[in-house]
Amino acid sequence: MNVLHFVQAFFSDGAHWHGYDGIPTRLMEHLTYSLEALALAAVIGLPIGLVTGHYNRGGTTLSLIATAGRALPSFGLLVLMTILIGFGMTPVMIPLVVLAIPPILVTTYEAVRSVDPSPVDAARGMGMPESRVLFQVELPVALPLILGGLRSAAIQIVSTATIAAYVSLGGLGRYIVDGLYQHNYEKVVGGATLVAVLALLTLGAFWAVARIAVSPGVRRSG
Amino acid sequence: MNRFFDIPSDLQHSWLGLIGLHLREALLPVLAGLVLALPLAQLCVRFRWLYPPVLWVTTVFYAIPSLAFFVVLIDYTGQTELTVMIPLAVYSLVVLVPAIVDGVRSVPQETLAAATAMGFGPVRRYAQVQLPIAVPAIIAGLRVATVSSISLVSVGMLIGNQGALGNLLHDAQIYNRPELAWNSVLTTAVLAVLADAALVLVRVLLTPWMPSGGRGRRPKPAADRPEPAAPALKDAAR
Repeated sequence: MNVLHFVQAFFSDGAHWHGYDGIPTRLMEHLTYSLEALALAAVIGLPIGLVTGHYNRGGTTLSLIATAGRALPSFGLLVLMTILIGFGMTPVMIPLVVLAIPPILVTTYEAVRSVDPSPVDAARGMGMPESRVLFQVELPVALPLILGGLRSAAIQIVSTATIAAYVSLGGLGRYIVDGLYQHNYEKVVGGATLVAVLALLTLGAFWAVARIAVSPGVRRSG
Repeated sequence: MNRFFDIPSDLQHSWLGLIGLHLREALLPVLAGLVLALPLAQLCVRFRWLYPPVLWVTTVFYAIPSLAFFVVLIDYTGQTELTVMIPLAVYSLVVLVPAIVDGVRSVPQETLAAATAMGFGPVRRYAQVQLPIAVPAIIAGLRVATVSSISLVSVGMLIGNQGALGNLLHDAQIYNRPELAWNSVLTTAVLAVLADAALVLVRVLLTPWMPSGGRGRRPKPAADRPEPAAPALKDAAR
């Protein structure tokens, strides 16, 4: 009996494909939580990163925020919030968003700040207003790095949303946590496989988005 | 305040004992990751074609959630500390390899030529020229690996109380004592910040030729940016 055997047993059991504890339901739950958290973090992190990067200010503050955000243990925060607020979506969203903001914020800031100054100067010389310099010159050039930051945030959210099953949230982590308590190793390994596959699909999705969204000129030079 | 440090006896450790355990479970993997990453990175520098596939494999490993990694290992190493430490070592390795490769590659060609002209063999050139110049990049990688490792140890609580300070979270729930959860979160965060600061100090000591302001300092025009690192792999707390 090795791990692959358990995985095979999990996926071939028809009972795992239906109902509220079925794979489709849990997968949708996981995706919903992850997308909501990523959207919230992006709404907060992207504008601040773009503006601070454009004006090249606040680097010290941002790196402090990033260090603090990284230092906070997301799992601990999750349990603490659950104890303080009670069960529900809010205590789960707080750690997920706190977790995702630093990579988005810092990468966006670094990406916009380190854009080659000559095209930026050229754009100003042509009379572009600052907002167009930011959105039509700096943003396209910085896009690969910004997407990289969003990607690492997304992967962390997908992983941490798994742990959220411990505080009675749905999602794919349900299988792992329930399986551990029920001493049902088949379920544990099946859940772990699903989460890993979802994380890899996230990687793939970002790769595809980068292929489509990044301008060919930028891709060639990068 | 007394109850804050009053650790339930089922954890079999004092507060300080938990801190020691936590540091051991978090730092040993980083050390193991560093020991493995140095030769691997050197191979990637030496054979350029090796780097893209290595980067792909490490990115894929990095995407695997810690809990999934832990539980799959239970079948092989049981519900032990080792089960927590192996994934953390892998994550550290994944963060460190690109950091070291980028650092070593950023050594200017003239510097290498000068070292060769002075009669340095490949080993001495690596140890005395390339590694010291790559120190800022390596430390940048170590900082990310260490901080995330300290944060991730807590998740080990889920696989049979192997999470050191994270175990307090479980006790906080079953004994209905929120202050234990506060204790866990705050202590872990302080440990992470202190470890981070210690690494910055190590960098300042090891690279006396660099400005000590760190990355917060406004960059001087293009020339030498304080800490080159791979931005895509910068964060790891999950």
